[in-house]
Amino acid sequence: MSEENKVVVQPVDKSKIRHILKIALYLAIVTFLEFLVAFTLDAGILKTIIFVIMTIVKAYYIVSEFMHLGHEVKGLRWSMIYPMILVVWLLIALFIEGDYIHFARYF
Amino acid sequence: MATTTATTTNIWNGGQSPFKVSYGKLMMWIFLLSDAFTFSALLVSYGTIRFSSESWPVAEQVFSAFPFYDGYAPLVLVGLMTFILILSSVTMVLAVEAGSRMDRKGVEKWLFWTIVGGITFLGCQAWEWSHFIHGTGAGGANLAWNEYGPPAFAGFFFFITGFHGTHVLSGVVLNYIVYYNTVRGVYDRRGHYEMVEKVGLYWHFVDLVWVFVFTFFYLV
Repeated sequence: MSEENKVVVQPVDKSKIRHILKIALYLAIVTFLEFLVAFTLDAGILKTIIFVIMTIVKAYYIVSEFMHLGHEVKGLRWSMIYPMILVVWLLIALFIEGDYIHFARYF
Repeated sequence: MATTTATTTNIWNGGQSPFKVSYGKLMMWIFLLSDAFTFSALLVSYGTIRFSSESWPVAEQVFSAFPFYDGYAPLVLVGLMTFILILSSVTMVLAVEAGSRMDRKGVEKWLFWTIVGGITFLGCQAWEWSHFIHGTGAGGANLAWNEYGPPAFAGFFFFITGFHGTHVLSGVVLNYIVYYNTVRGVYDRRGHYEMVEKVGLYWHFVDLVWVFVFTFFYLV
Protein backbone atom coordinates (compact mmCIF):
# COMPACT_ATOMS: atom_id res chain seq x y z
CA MET A 1 0.00 0.00 0.00
CA SER A 2 2.90 2.34 0.63
CA GLU A 3 3.68 2.17 -3.08
CA GLU A 4 0.28 3.66 -3.94
CA ASN A 5 1.01 6.69 -1.84
CA LYS A 6 3.86 7.57 -4.17
CA VAL A 7 1.46 8.13 -7.11
CA VAL A 8 1.49 11.80 -7.99
CA VAL A 9 -1.74 13.11 -9.49
CA GLN A 10 -1.03 15.76 -12.10
CA PRO A 11 -3.22 18.89 -12.04
CA VAL A 12 -6.08 19.20 -14.54
CA ASP A 13 -5.21 20.94 -17.80
CA LYS A 14 -8.28 23.13 -18.31
CA SER A 15 -7.58 23.73 -22.02
CA LYS A 16 -7.57 19.94 -22.67
CA ILE A 17 -10.98 19.54 -21.01
CA ARG A 18 -12.32 22.52 -22.95
CA HIS A 19 -11.10 20.93 -26.18
CA ILE A 20 -12.86 17.62 -25.37
CA LEU A 21 -16.12 19.42 -24.54
CA LYS A 22 -15.85 21.48 -27.74
CA ILE A 23 -15.63 18.31 -29.86
CA ALA A 24 -18.57 16.83 -27.90
CA LEU A 25 -20.58 19.97 -28.65
CA TYR A 26 -19.76 19.66 -32.39
CA LEU A 27 -20.98 16.03 -32.39
CA ALA A 28 -24.20 16.99 -30.58
CA ILE A 29 -24.85 19.85 -33.01
CA VAL A 30 -24.31 17.67 -36.09
CA THR A 31 -26.62 14.97 -34.66
CA PHE A 32 -29.26 17.62 -33.98
CA LEU A 33 -28.92 18.96 -37.54
CA GLU A 34 -29.35 15.41 -38.85
CA PHE A 35 -32.69 15.30 -37.06
CA LEU A 36 -33.70 18.64 -38.48
CA VAL A 37 -32.85 17.47 -42.02
CA ALA A 38 -34.63 14.13 -41.47
CA PHE A 39 -37.96 15.90 -40.92
CA THR A 40 -37.66 18.93 -43.18
CA LEU A 41 -36.23 17.61 -46.46
CA ASP A 42 -37.98 15.19 -48.80
CA ALA A 43 -36.25 11.89 -49.51
CA GLY A 44 -33.92 12.14 -52.46
CA ILE A 45 -30.34 12.29 -53.61
CA LEU A 46 -29.73 15.69 -51.95
CA LYS A 47 -30.90 14.43 -48.55
CA THR A 48 -28.72 11.33 -48.86
CA ILE A 49 -25.66 13.41 -49.76
CA ILE A 50 -26.24 15.74 -46.79
CA PHE A 51 -26.53 12.74 -44.45
CA VAL A 52 -23.37 11.12 -45.82
CA ILE A 53 -21.40 14.38 -45.42
CA MET A 54 -22.65 14.83 -41.83
CA THR A 55 -21.75 11.20 -41.03
CA ILE A 56 -18.23 11.69 -42.37
CA VAL A 57 -17.86 14.89 -40.31
CA LYS A 58 -18.88 13.00 -37.15
CA ALA A 59 -16.63 10.05 -38.00
CA TYR A 60 -13.72 12.45 -38.54
CA TYR A 61 -14.12 14.05 -35.11
CA ILE A 62 -14.53 10.71 -33.32
CA VAL A 63 -11.56 9.01 -35.00
CA SER A 64 -9.24 12.01 -35.12
CA GLU A 65 -9.88 13.53 -31.68
CA PHE A 66 -11.55 10.93 -29.43
CA MET A 67 -9.49 8.01 -30.75
CA HIS A 68 -6.50 10.34 -31.05
CA LEU A 69 -5.58 9.09 -34.53
CA GLY A 70 -5.05 12.66 -35.73
CA HIS A 71 -2.19 12.97 -33.26
CA GLU A 72 -0.51 9.63 -34.09
CA VAL A 73 2.37 9.28 -36.57
CA LYS A 74 1.64 9.44 -40.29
CA GLY A 75 2.34 5.74 -40.90
CA LEU A 76 -0.25 4.55 -38.42
CA ARG A 77 -2.80 7.08 -39.66
CA TRP A 78 -2.54 5.96 -43.29
CA SER A 79 -2.42 2.25 -42.34
CA MET A 80 -5.94 2.77 -41.06
CA ILE A 81 -7.26 5.12 -43.74
CA TYR A 82 -6.04 3.42 -46.96
CA PRO A 83 -7.83 0.08 -46.34
CA MET A 84 -11.06 1.94 -45.57
CA ILE A 85 -10.81 3.85 -48.85
CA LEU A 86 -10.88 0.47 -50.63
CA VAL A 87 -14.07 -0.31 -48.68
CA VAL A 88 -15.65 2.85 -50.09
CA TRP A 89 -14.92 1.50 -53.55
CA LEU A 90 -16.62 -1.82 -52.62
CA LEU A 91 -19.59 0.16 -51.34
CA ILE A 92 -20.04 2.12 -54.56
CA ALA A 93 -19.46 -0.94 -56.78
CA LEU A 94 -22.05 -3.07 -54.98
CA PHE A 95 -24.63 -0.27 -54.76
CA ILE A 96 -24.41 0.12 -58.54
CA GLU A 97 -24.67 -3.67 -58.86
CA GLY A 98 -27.76 -3.69 -56.61
CA ASP A 99 -29.36 -0.99 -58.71
CA TYR A 100 -28.67 -3.01 -61.84
CA ILE A 101 -30.25 -6.14 -60.30
CA HIS A 102 -33.29 -4.03 -59.44
CA PHE A 103 -33.47 -2.85 -63.05
CA ALA A 104 -33.09 -6.38 -64.44
CA ARG A 105 -35.80 -7.76 -62.12
CA TYR A 106 -38.54 -5.19 -62.29
CA PHE A 107 -38.31 -3.46 -65.67
CA MET B 1 30.72 2.61 -39.82
CA ALA B 2 28.66 4.90 -42.00
CA THR B 3 26.43 2.01 -43.11
CA THR B 4 25.88 0.92 -39.51
CA THR B 5 24.65 4.37 -38.60
CA ALA B 6 22.40 4.41 -41.64
CA THR B 7 20.81 1.07 -40.76
CA THR B 8 20.28 1.84 -37.08
CA THR B 9 18.60 5.16 -37.81
CA ASN B 10 16.03 3.55 -40.10
CA ILE B 11 12.90 3.22 -37.97
CA TRP B 12 11.87 -0.02 -39.71
CA ASN B 13 15.04 -1.89 -38.71
CA GLY B 14 13.78 -2.93 -35.31
CA GLY B 15 14.56 -1.91 -31.79
CA GLN B 16 11.84 0.72 -31.71
CA SER B 17 8.18 1.20 -32.57
CA PRO B 18 7.84 2.80 -36.03
CA PHE B 19 4.28 3.85 -35.20
CA LYS B 20 5.34 5.20 -31.79
CA VAL B 21 2.58 3.29 -30.00
CA SER B 22 2.79 0.32 -27.68
CA TYR B 23 2.22 -3.21 -28.93
CA GLY B 24 -1.18 -3.44 -27.23
CA LYS B 25 -2.48 -0.23 -28.75
CA LEU B 26 -1.26 -1.13 -32.24
CA MET B 27 -2.94 -4.53 -32.00
CA MET B 28 -6.15 -2.82 -30.85
CA TRP B 29 -6.00 -0.58 -33.94
CA ILE B 30 -5.50 -3.57 -36.23
CA PHE B 31 -8.36 -5.44 -34.55
CA LEU B 32 -10.60 -2.38 -34.96
CA LEU B 33 -9.68 -2.19 -38.66
CA SER B 34 -10.70 -5.82 -39.16
CA ASP B 35 -13.88 -5.18 -37.18
CA ALA B 36 -14.57 -2.18 -39.41
CA PHE B 37 -14.35 -4.55 -42.41
CA THR B 38 -16.99 -6.80 -40.85
CA PHE B 39 -19.36 -3.92 -40.22
CA SER B 40 -18.68 -2.53 -43.70
CA ALA B 41 -19.57 -5.91 -45.19
CA LEU B 42 -22.88 -5.87 -43.32
CA LEU B 43 -23.70 -2.31 -44.41
CA VAL B 44 -22.60 -2.92 -48.02
CA SER B 45 -24.78 -6.03 -48.28
CA TYR B 46 -27.65 -4.11 -46.66
CA GLY B 47 -27.34 -1.40 -49.33
CA THR B 48 -27.07 -3.90 -52.17
CA ILE B 49 -30.19 -5.83 -51.11
CA ARG B 50 -32.06 -2.59 -50.50
CA PHE B 51 -31.21 -1.22 -53.94
CA SER B 52 -32.18 -4.47 -55.65
CA SER B 53 -35.53 -4.81 -53.81
CA GLU B 54 -38.83 -3.75 -55.28
CA SER B 55 -39.78 -1.68 -52.24
CA TRP B 56 -38.23 -0.80 -48.91
CA PRO B 57 -39.92 0.46 -45.73
CA VAL B 58 -39.35 4.03 -44.52
CA ALA B 59 -37.41 3.64 -41.27
CA GLU B 60 -38.95 6.64 -39.55
CA GLN B 61 -42.41 5.07 -39.93
CA VAL B 62 -41.22 1.69 -38.63
CA PHE B 63 -39.29 3.01 -35.62
CA SER B 64 -41.85 5.48 -34.35
CA ALA B 65 -42.61 4.16 -30.86
CA PHE B 66 -41.28 5.39 -27.55
CA PRO B 67 -41.41 3.67 -24.13
CA PHE B 68 -44.42 4.71 -22.01
CA TYR B 69 -45.78 6.90 -24.80
CA ASP B 70 -48.63 5.93 -27.10
CA GLY B 71 -48.33 8.57 -29.82
CA TYR B 72 -46.29 8.81 -33.00
CA ALA B 73 -42.66 9.57 -32.13
CA PRO B 74 -40.57 8.90 -35.25
CA LEU B 75 -36.89 8.19 -34.55
CA VAL B 76 -37.07 9.79 -31.10
CA LEU B 77 -35.86 6.67 -29.29
CA VAL B 78 -33.06 6.10 -31.82
CA GLY B 79 -32.03 9.74 -31.49
CA LEU B 80 -31.95 9.41 -27.72
CA MET B 81 -29.81 6.26 -28.06
CA THR B 82 -27.41 8.17 -30.34
CA PHE B 83 -27.04 10.96 -27.78
CA ILE B 84 -26.51 8.44 -24.95
CA LEU B 85 -23.73 6.70 -26.90
CA ILE B 86 -22.02 9.98 -27.83
CA LEU B 87 -22.21 11.11 -24.20
CA SER B 88 -20.69 7.85 -22.99
CA SER B 89 -17.93 8.36 -25.56
CA VAL B 90 -17.26 11.81 -24.07
CA THR B 91 -17.09 10.41 -20.54
CA MET B 92 -14.65 7.80 -21.86
CA VAL B 93 -12.37 10.53 -23.27
CA LEU B 94 -12.50 12.22 -19.87
CA ALA B 95 -11.58 8.90 -18.21
CA VAL B 96 -8.58 8.52 -20.54
CA GLU B 97 -7.59 12.13 -19.81
CA ALA B 98 -7.79 11.48 -16.05
CA GLY B 99 -5.74 8.31 -16.55
CA SER B 100 -2.98 10.23 -18.29
CA ARG B 101 -2.73 12.36 -15.13
CA MET B 102 -2.68 9.25 -12.86
CA ASP B 103 -5.90 10.54 -11.29
CA ARG B 104 -7.52 7.34 -10.02
CA LYS B 105 -10.62 9.03 -8.60
CA GLY B 106 -11.24 10.74 -11.95
CA VAL B 107 -10.88 7.50 -13.91
CA GLU B 108 -13.27 5.76 -11.51
CA LYS B 109 -15.89 8.51 -11.85
CA TRP B 110 -15.82 8.80 -15.64
CA LEU B 111 -15.55 5.06 -16.30
CA PHE B 112 -18.57 4.56 -14.05
CA TRP B 113 -20.65 6.96 -16.16
CA THR B 114 -19.39 5.32 -19.35
CA ILE B 115 -20.64 1.95 -18.09
CA VAL B 116 -23.98 3.50 -17.09
CA GLY B 117 -24.31 4.97 -20.61
CA GLY B 118 -23.55 1.61 -22.21
CA ILE B 119 -26.10 -0.23 -20.09
CA THR B 120 -28.76 2.43 -20.79
CA PHE B 121 -28.10 2.09 -24.51
CA LEU B 122 -28.50 -1.69 -24.30
CA GLY B 123 -31.77 -1.25 -22.38
CA CYS B 124 -33.15 1.06 -25.09
CA GLN B 125 -32.10 -1.42 -27.75
CA ALA B 126 -33.77 -4.32 -25.94
CA TRP B 127 -37.00 -2.30 -25.81
CA GLU B 128 -36.74 -1.45 -29.50
CA TRP B 129 -36.11 -5.07 -30.49
CA SER B 130 -39.05 -6.22 -28.41
CA HIS B 131 -41.32 -3.62 -30.01
CA PHE B 132 -40.07 -4.52 -33.49
CA ILE B 133 -40.58 -8.26 -32.95
CA HIS B 134 -44.08 -7.93 -31.48
CA GLY B 135 -45.08 -5.33 -34.05
CA THR B 136 -48.24 -3.28 -34.27
CA GLY B 137 -50.73 -6.12 -34.59
CA ALA B 138 -49.92 -7.42 -38.07
CA GLY B 139 -47.67 -10.31 -37.08
CA GLY B 140 -44.60 -8.29 -36.10
CA ALA B 141 -41.24 -9.23 -37.54
CA ASN B 142 -38.88 -12.19 -37.48
CA LEU B 143 -36.43 -13.73 -39.92
CA ALA B 144 -39.23 -15.28 -42.04
CA TRP B 145 -42.05 -12.76 -41.80
CA ASN B 146 -42.04 -8.97 -41.59
CA GLU B 147 -45.12 -6.77 -41.33
CA TYR B 148 -43.19 -3.64 -42.32
CA GLY B 149 -41.80 -4.74 -45.68
CA PRO B 150 -39.54 -7.40 -47.21
CA PRO B 151 -38.26 -10.05 -44.73
CA ALA B 152 -34.69 -9.02 -45.61
CA PHE B 153 -35.36 -5.69 -43.87
CA ALA B 154 -35.97 -7.46 -40.55
CA GLY B 155 -33.02 -9.75 -41.19
CA PHE B 156 -30.65 -6.82 -41.66
CA PHE B 157 -32.14 -5.02 -38.68
CA PHE B 158 -31.45 -8.01 -36.45
CA PHE B 159 -27.98 -8.66 -37.84
CA ILE B 160 -26.66 -5.09 -37.95
CA THR B 161 -28.10 -3.73 -34.71
CA GLY B 162 -27.60 -7.11 -33.05
CA PHE B 163 -23.93 -7.31 -34.04
CA HIS B 164 -23.48 -3.73 -32.86
CA GLY B 165 -25.34 -4.47 -29.62
CA THR B 166 -23.02 -7.42 -29.00
CA HIS B 167 -20.10 -5.03 -29.37
CA VAL B 168 -21.68 -2.63 -26.87
CA LEU B 169 -22.22 -5.52 -24.46
CA SER B 170 -18.61 -6.72 -24.71
CA GLY B 171 -17.50 -3.09 -24.42
CA VAL B 172 -19.44 -2.74 -21.17
CA VAL B 173 -17.83 -5.95 -19.87
CA LEU B 174 -14.33 -4.72 -20.82
CA ASN B 175 -15.03 -1.31 -19.26
CA TYR B 176 -16.20 -3.03 -16.10
CA ILE B 177 -13.03 -5.14 -15.89
CA VAL B 178 -10.88 -2.02 -16.26
CA TYR B 179 -13.06 -0.17 -13.74
CA TYR B 180 -12.61 -3.03 -11.28
CA ASN B 181 -8.83 -3.00 -11.79
CA THR B 182 -8.77 0.78 -11.36
CA VAL B 183 -10.61 0.57 -8.05
CA ARG B 184 -8.24 -2.18 -6.94
CA GLY B 185 -5.31 0.12 -7.71
CA VAL B 186 -3.78 -2.22 -10.30
CA TYR B 187 -2.88 0.63 -12.68
CA ASP B 188 -1.47 2.81 -9.92
CA ARG B 189 0.92 -0.03 -9.07
CA ARG B 190 1.67 -0.58 -12.77
CA GLY B 191 2.56 3.08 -13.12
CA HIS B 192 0.34 3.88 -16.12
CA TYR B 193 -3.30 3.81 -17.21
CA GLU B 194 -2.80 2.52 -20.75
CA MET B 195 -5.51 -0.14 -20.34
CA VAL B 196 -8.05 2.70 -20.10
CA GLU B 197 -6.78 4.03 -23.43
CA LYS B 198 -7.11 0.61 -25.06
CA VAL B 199 -10.68 -0.06 -23.96
CA GLY B 200 -11.33 3.61 -24.77
CA LEU B 201 -10.33 2.97 -28.39
CA TYR B 202 -12.73 0.04 -28.53
CA TRP B 203 -15.52 2.06 -26.95
CA HIS B 204 -15.11 4.95 -29.40
CA PHE B 205 -15.15 2.46 -32.25
CA VAL B 206 -18.51 1.15 -31.04
CA ASP B 207 -19.78 4.74 -31.02
CA LEU B 208 -18.34 5.28 -34.50
CA VAL B 209 -20.14 2.23 -35.87
CA TRP B 210 -23.40 3.48 -34.38
CA VAL B 211 -22.94 6.80 -36.21
CA PHE B 212 -22.90 4.86 -39.49
CA VAL B 213 -25.74 2.52 -38.51
CA PHE B 214 -27.84 5.52 -37.46
CA THR B 215 -27.35 7.20 -40.83
CA PHE B 216 -27.64 4.25 -43.17
CA PHE B 217 -30.27 2.23 -41.36
CA TYR B 218 -32.50 4.87 -39.77
CA LEU B 219 -32.05 8.15 -41.63
CA VAL B 220 -31.44 7.42 -45.32
